[in-house]
Amino acid sequence: MISKPKKIALTVVAIIIAIYILSPFYLVLTNTFKNANSIVANPVGLTGMSFSQFATNLNAVVNNSNFNFWYAFATSAVITVVSLALLALFGGMAAWVICRNRARWSTLVYMTFIASMTIPFQVVMLPLISTFRDVGKFLGISMLQSIPGIVFAYCGFGGAMTVFILTGFIKGIPYDLEEAASVDGCSPEGTFFRIIFPLLRPVIMTVTILNGMWIWNDYLLPSLMLGQSGKVKTLPVAVQSFVGSYVKQWDLILTAALLAMIPMVIIFLIGQKQIMNGMVEGAVKG
Amino acid sequence: MQMDTNSGSKKLVSLICLIAGAVLAAVALIQDISGSGASWRGAALIIGAVGILFGMYLFPTQKHHRSIINFIFVFPLLFTFGVTVIIPLCLGVFYSFSDWDGIRMTQMVGLDNYISMFRDPAFLWSVLITILFVVLNMILVNVVAFCLALLCTQKLKGVSFFRAAYFLPNLIGGIVLGYVWQFVFNNVLLKFTNNISLLASTNSAFACIIIVYIWQYAGYIMLIYVTGLTQIPGEILEASQIDGANAFTTLFKIKIPMIAATITICTFLTLTSAFKQFDVNMALTNGAGAVTGFMGKFLTNGTQMLALNIYNTAISKNSYALGQAKAILFFVLLAFVSIIQVSISNKKEVEM
Repeated sequence: MISKPKKIALTVVAIIIAIYILSPFYLVLTNTFKNANSIVANPVGLTGMSFSQFATNLNAVVNNSNFNFWYAFATSAVITVVSLALLALFGGMAAWVICRNRARWSTLVYMTFIASMTIPFQVVMLPLISTFRDVGKFLGISMLQSIPGIVFAYCGFGGAMTVFILTGFIKGIPYDLEEAASVDGCSPEGTFFRIIFPLLRPVIMTVTILNGMWIWNDYLLPSLMLGQSGKVKTLPVAVQSFVGSYVKQWDLILTAALLAMIPMVIIFLIGQKQIMNGMVEGAVKG
Repeated sequence: MQMDTNSGSKKLVSLICLIAGAVLAAVALIQDISGSGASWRGAALIIGAVGILFGMYLFPTQKHHRSIINFIFVFPLLFTFGVTVIIPLCLGVFYSFSDWDGIRMTQMVGLDNYISMFRDPAFLWSVLITILFVVLNMILVNVVAFCLALLCTQKLKGVSFFRAAYFLPNLIGGIVLGYVWQFVFNNVLLKFTNNISLLASTNSAFACIIIVYIWQYAGYIMLIYVTGLTQIPGEILEASQIDGANAFTTLFKIKIPMIAATITICTFLTLTSAFKQFDVNMALTNGAGAVTGFMGKFLTNGTQMLALNIYNTAISKNSYALGQAKAILFFVLLAFVSIIQVSISNKKEVEM
């Protein structure tokens, strides 16, 4: 047991660290209520704040043609949600086959997935763009500057880690369950969707959190695929192109930053425990 | 009898799907190859492929049904993986030996790209500061995160709030964070730094990137350490207390050896993520910073780390083949450093 004065001292230290860590969020929040002059004159204090100024800033940013908040938000949301759903479904299916099928090719597939996890994105990004461009042109399917193309790419890049974590979990599910089902006349696909897939729920949660954080915040892949001046933009790409065109206009930039932060913070406040557990589990298993 | 008609109709549907799918896909491919493609050829190909898969699924065979399901289940992920990772990786290795400009290549140039990047002081500088950045961060992030974890495993009031607060920066993307901190360094902290921004000189700007990186990443690593620390059995800690061990001995003789596996995970995570650092680097300094007299040259990319250097070489300077060669080296370096780290930690773990 630690003594009382020590406890108080530690709490004070913890609070000071928390203030330091949260201070940038405080600065973003307060400065969006100020105009450009008061931000430069007094960035820390609370003077010069007004709701009407907040409304002005918000208006200027949300409807800005470079930022286009609602459109960027919807694009990011659609890409993230669809990619996560497909990764969970396809990842579960692939992991189940890899686990239960003893053929040599499934081991080979698994090993390829594991090995590919060490490949940094930078190595494949340049040929990826040209491959997507060429394949898209050849097949008449738009792969760059399209939401399905990005979802496709995220399924490819997220697949390895997803399969790795899911395989580890499926190995722990007793095989008797599946044998019993097949004795009762259940088809293999029925066994998977009726018995195995529902059991995967906790680990799919983990995978979804890990992939979700990455996909939502990812900048490099969408910026390369969509281009800075393209019509389709995800939220990070929109922030980047907005800042590029409004250098040093901190009232607008900070408002844009606030808008980009809010969705993630809200999701965190709702599912704090799951997110923190998911991140740790993913790291420990990965 | 009932079974028979059922499987007969199933077979018919399956064959129709297979044939229709194959015909559609073939028509689409012929259109692609002949170059006179109609705009519907992409959709036709996709529908054709789905038709083939669906026909395979319906095909009434007891013996091979499991194998067909296995194939259909693995196919979607393997296909996307192949197109996005395997093919570009192979092409990337190939392109790094050519004069590829992002769209086409005319000839192989052998090792020219690799030779010219080693003659480029700006690139060597990037390699150097990336390694420095990785080493500093591996130490600093882990020490800071471990201290935070020790703090957050004490029986304090509001511990779960502190954990959440420390983790919060990790939720936000590097681009947004980079601009927020640019604001902090360029506006808020000016009063304490004599009106000269910390981002103005190369050394302090480099320190700024490290500060932001620790701020962003330590909370995440802390959570992993917290999990490790709470898994230490309480009896062991109690026993050591009864034996009269003070806080320091408990820390160094019991806690740290007990979480050796966690330390390995955390150092590995910080190593790979620091090595690949891009977003914050781009948003905070965009690699700017003057360096005088490095290999007798004046450099303007003082804070440009490897990932950003690769990006700029290819995208801004349009030297795709050179950028690709740098990326291959980046991969080799990362793999090399990771292997060293893992083997060292494994040795340490055994010793502990």
